[in-house]
Amino acid sequence: MSPNPIDTQAIELKAARMRYDIVEMIATAGSGHPGGSLSAADIVAALYFGIMRHDPAHPDAPERDRFVLSKGHAAPVLYAALSEAGYFGREHLLTLRKLGSLLQGHPDSKKTPGVEVSTGSLGQGLSIACGIALGLNPSASDERTVYCLLGDGECQEGQVWEAAMFAAHNSLDNLVAIVDRNGLQIDGACSEVMCLGEIEAKFAAFGWEVATCDGHDVEGIIDSIARVCSVPGCPGVVVASTVKGKGVSFMEDEAGWHGKAPSAEETEAALGELKAALEVKGATL
Amino acid sequence: MSKRATREAFGATLVQLTAEGVDVVAVEADLSKSTTTSTFADAYPERFFNAGIAEQNMIDVAAGLAVAGKVAFTGSFAVFATGRAYDQVRNTVCYSELDVKLAPTHSGITVGPDGGSHQMLEDIALMRVLPGMRVLVPADYFAACEAIRVAAVTPGPFYIRLGRAAIPAVYNESFRFELGKAYVVREGSDVTLAACGVMVERALAAADLLADDGISAEVIDVATVKPIDAATIAGSAAKTGAVVACEEHSIIGGLGSAVAEVLGEFAPVPFARVGVRDVFGTSGDPEELMAHFGLTAHHVAEAAREVLRRRS
Repeated sequence: MSPNPIDTQAIELKAARMRYDIVEMIATAGSGHPGGSLSAADIVAALYFGIMRHDPAHPDAPERDRFVLSKGHAAPVLYAALSEAGYFGREHLLTLRKLGSLLQGHPDSKKTPGVEVSTGSLGQGLSIACGIALGLNPSASDERTVYCLLGDGECQEGQVWEAAMFAAHNSLDNLVAIVDRNGLQIDGACSEVMCLGEIEAKFAAFGWEVATCDGHDVEGIIDSIARVCSVPGCPGVVVASTVKGKGVSFMEDEAGWHGKAPSAEETEAALGELKAALEVKGATL
Repeated sequence: MSKRATREAFGATLVQLTAEGVDVVAVEADLSKSTTTSTFADAYPERFFNAGIAEQNMIDVAAGLAVAGKVAFTGSFAVFATGRAYDQVRNTVCYSELDVKLAPTHSGITVGPDGGSHQMLEDIALMRVLPGMRVLVPADYFAACEAIRVAAVTPGPFYIRLGRAAIPAVYNESFRFELGKAYVVREGSDVTLAACGVMVERALAAADLLADDGISAEVIDVATVKPIDAATIAGSAAKTGAVVACEEHSIIGGLGSAVAEVLGEFAPVPFARVGVRDVFGTSGDPEELMAHFGLTAHHVAEAAREVLRRRS
């Protein structure tokens, strides 16, 4: 159940494989959200292959940590991690968004092994994570942790701040939020669509322990999460700065890649880049 | 017998269920004294969570508690729990099929003086269309206790419609709520009065008025609006040949619509709806409002006479 001593290189390799899978599955599906899936790949890899206690052979084991993908449109990054971990076979990845697939356009806990709760309507995940954290008995000695991944654009939803208030009020120190701050949303830059101001300061003002990191630096992500987890009596948040579309040169920092699939030519180029990145790490698919 | 509000059943039944070993928790949105979840909070403070004035968070915190294995009840008023948090109820509670039981109070116009903003008349409609949601509308305090109990021990989402006003008893302590069952509370042969909630007692009173005219009315308590007991309703309609649906709710989308669907498919007979006729509520005394909006026994009896005229 507990992860082995953390091997950041191995996690980076997992993230590189997940990026390849993300692009391949969205391209095959013909639709989906590559930008926010690629931005979150290192964070999700760090959680599933470095931080969280979980066992793909026993997805319902009570002693597992929990993950809630509040930014549900990034489902491909979760599916890539679950497949890589062994919750289901890789062959399912290329059925994404197809009729009868385990893998719905947004996470569906009734269909996909390893998905704790259905998400997709933004702004709800942190509230759900609060409920799980309460239900797991935060004061217990065998404390299990609930991790919740939000988008920065998602933080425009008022409910996020209802949950932020609730978590601090209830001293949920078994709750960790990670904000994938890629700075872009469908209509453009978050700062132009609806400026969020200082996300860190907002969470701090609500009573959270706050850390920031480079969301593509696996060691930094793991250290930051450990740091906010170590403070008793309050929830923790890591604001991770990322690049939307990270890993595919022509998708990086382009709002247009929030929610569309690449063409055949674009797919070939993207997969070529991602394969080369794997080879640099001395790995193949 | 003294009158009691269905909301009084809420906190008290949660206390009983906990004492019996059912792992229930409650999430409230700053209305615990009104909804009576404060009774539960006093008895089991570790099982009670107040979200403050944040109904969307209330529903999703309950969803999270359900994910963690609890049976999670939510409070607040019907207008907020269903309307303000609809997306949370739909996309998290129902889509994930979680053990979340919405039991908001202050449904309908019997809320009284607070007025139209607080008198929820569309909640049955909103909840009824959600896949997997079961909709219970208890007719009195005893039925409400039982409805809460059934919801607690039956997996999946429930909506239990509770009211603010003290209302007369239809049943007693021996009443047992059976999910999906419509109760024939008075047998008759000329017309069927299918009612739910506070209108069951009024339908019974209407049956007395009709009896004075020599009309034999069958009264059915449709305590479960979804899944609806089509067999009992269609069977009664086939027997009497005329049906009136009675509810303290909009005539659009609620019990009247549910009964019309059953009749349309299985037993087309002359049919009328008694309910609030596509308008918002207004301030007033509950009884005054029931008369103003046409929800008295006299209105039900008149509707029955009207469908009988259409039948002949």
